[in-house]
Amino acid sequence: MDNQENIAVKTNKLTRKFGDFIATDELTLEVKKGEIFGFLGANGAGKTTAMRMLCGLLKPSSGEATVAGFDVYKQAEKIKKNIGYMSQKFSLYEDLKVKENIELYGGIYGLSRKEIKEKTKHIIDDLNMKSVENKLVAEIPLGWKQKLAFSVAQIHDPKIIFLDEPTGGVDPLTRRQFWNGIYASADRGLTIFVTTHYMDEAEYCNRVSIMVDGKVKALGTPRALKDEYKVGSMDDVFTELARGTSTK
Amino acid sequence: MAAIEVHQISKSFGETKAVKDMSFNVNDGELFGLIGPDGAGKTTLIKILVTLQKPDSGSAKVDGQDVVSGYHHIRNIIGYMPGKFALYQDLSIEENMSFFADIFGTKIEEQMELMGDIYKQIEPFKKRKAGQLSGGMKQKLALCCALIHKPKILVLDEPTTGVDAVSRREFWDMLSHIKKQGISILVSTPYMDEAARCDRIALVQEGSIIALDTPKGIIKDFAHPIFGIKGDNNYHLIEELKNMPGLRSLYPSGEYAHLVMDDKNQSSEEIKNYAAAKTHQKIEIEPIEADIEDCFIEMMQHG
Repeated sequence: MDNQENIAVKTNKLTRKFGDFIATDELTLEVKKGEIFGFLGANGAGKTTAMRMLCGLLKPSSGEATVAGFDVYKQAEKIKKNIGYMSQKFSLYEDLKVKENIELYGGIYGLSRKEIKEKTKHIIDDLNMKSVENKLVAEIPLGWKQKLAFSVAQIHDPKIIFLDEPTGGVDPLTRRQFWNGIYASADRGLTIFVTTHYMDEAEYCNRVSIMVDGKVKALGTPRALKDEYKVGSMDDVFTELARGTSTK
Repeated sequence: MAAIEVHQISKSFGETKAVKDMSFNVNDGELFGLIGPDGAGKTTLIKILVTLQKPDSGSAKVDGQDVVSGYHHIRNIIGYMPGKFALYQDLSIEENMSFFADIFGTKIEEQMELMGDIYKQIEPFKKRKAGQLSGGMKQKLALCCALIHKPKILVLDEPTTGVDAVSRREFWDMLSHIKKQGISILVSTPYMDEAARCDRIALVQEGSIIALDTPKGIIKDFAHPIFGIKGDNNYHLIEELKNMPGLRSLYPSGEYAHLVMDDKNQSSEEIKNYAAAKTHQKIEIEPIEADIEDCFIEMMQHG
């Protein structure tokens, strides 16, 4: 049991078919608690299908998976309560104020009024956003939105957070600061599951998997994969693996 | 003659100054990159250059013609690929291409020399509606349509946003190929790692150009000692070193954190000793070459 408690995500031959098409094909992996795990693949490689299953949004066709200790077949609702999700582009409501966004998400996750009030104060203080708390999200800089989205996705103290291309389009300083924030969260024990097709984000992860045509083709630390393929970057590793199969 | 000449262009939308006094040239036959984050003013500048928007002040010439008075000429000789997919979603690949060929009074077959390699990759799907194509295929179709009248100058606004790493790399290969046919190219991107694929680049931030040179030239101008540093736990290492005397900046950057020091004679040994006294971590440190991100950050913070 001790071992189980250190595992945030565990899948065994997790498969999803749509008719004859196998979107996710016998996915087997383990993500440790507090790990930053990069889930990589080209467009159409099966990342989204796999992630929807892990988030309790889609029933697998076969195989097993537990997320935060809960079974994807029987405990999908519990999974949803124990995970957070952030996509830079879609997480926040632009026409609500900063404060209102936090309150809205607190409400959606069923926090009490008192908890929402405390969390709102905590997040605003933590992000140093007192001066903009009554501004519309549309009016604040992109880098601030990103930090706010990351905090809001953790309002219900999830065990795992799914990040979907979290740093696309931001300036390099904001991006490195954001990754430092991700490292800080992981250090507190939050498990980070990052999906992206930008390979320079992969370099920041503790371990990565690369999916090609529904299957995991490589799994390891960025360093180990670069050594294995004798190349200098994750971009090169990815190109080695994905080119010549589904490049269209 | 330069393919594109930008002279002190400014453009505001209400209170927001989207482009502030930008000047640069794209030389004939050059692949020029406009690199910066969302909101840096890239799209506004490009819209001015392709004659879809007028500048508030300053002037610009494309193929020797002024972007305001010479718009008719410019529209005929440029190929433009906007940031948002702007083709007809309910027309097939073939129909979209015929449509653009007709508008420019040409035929698809006549342009095969230029776009043949790209078209070949999407030809098997030519009956498929554009709306049902993958991101990578849409991008190739948009490029074909932008090339259909054999433009002298190609302008692409964030063509690689939202496509996967392999398609992205293929796309840059295609641009190099197009360049070889003598077409001048202006391309914008938020991805710093694409800078190396350009002949020259402008780094843009909040409406201004903060650096303008070859990618190698920008890196060469990075004037401070920079090190890659790695411990058992990089997050703790960064926390422990963030008040080190003489430290200019320290951020995670993949496997190694990048550490920049003020003193030109800084040795890695000294940093290692300082770190060893502060922390019990096993530390690896070595001098590295700055990358474009490091240069961008340096100019944002101290430029």
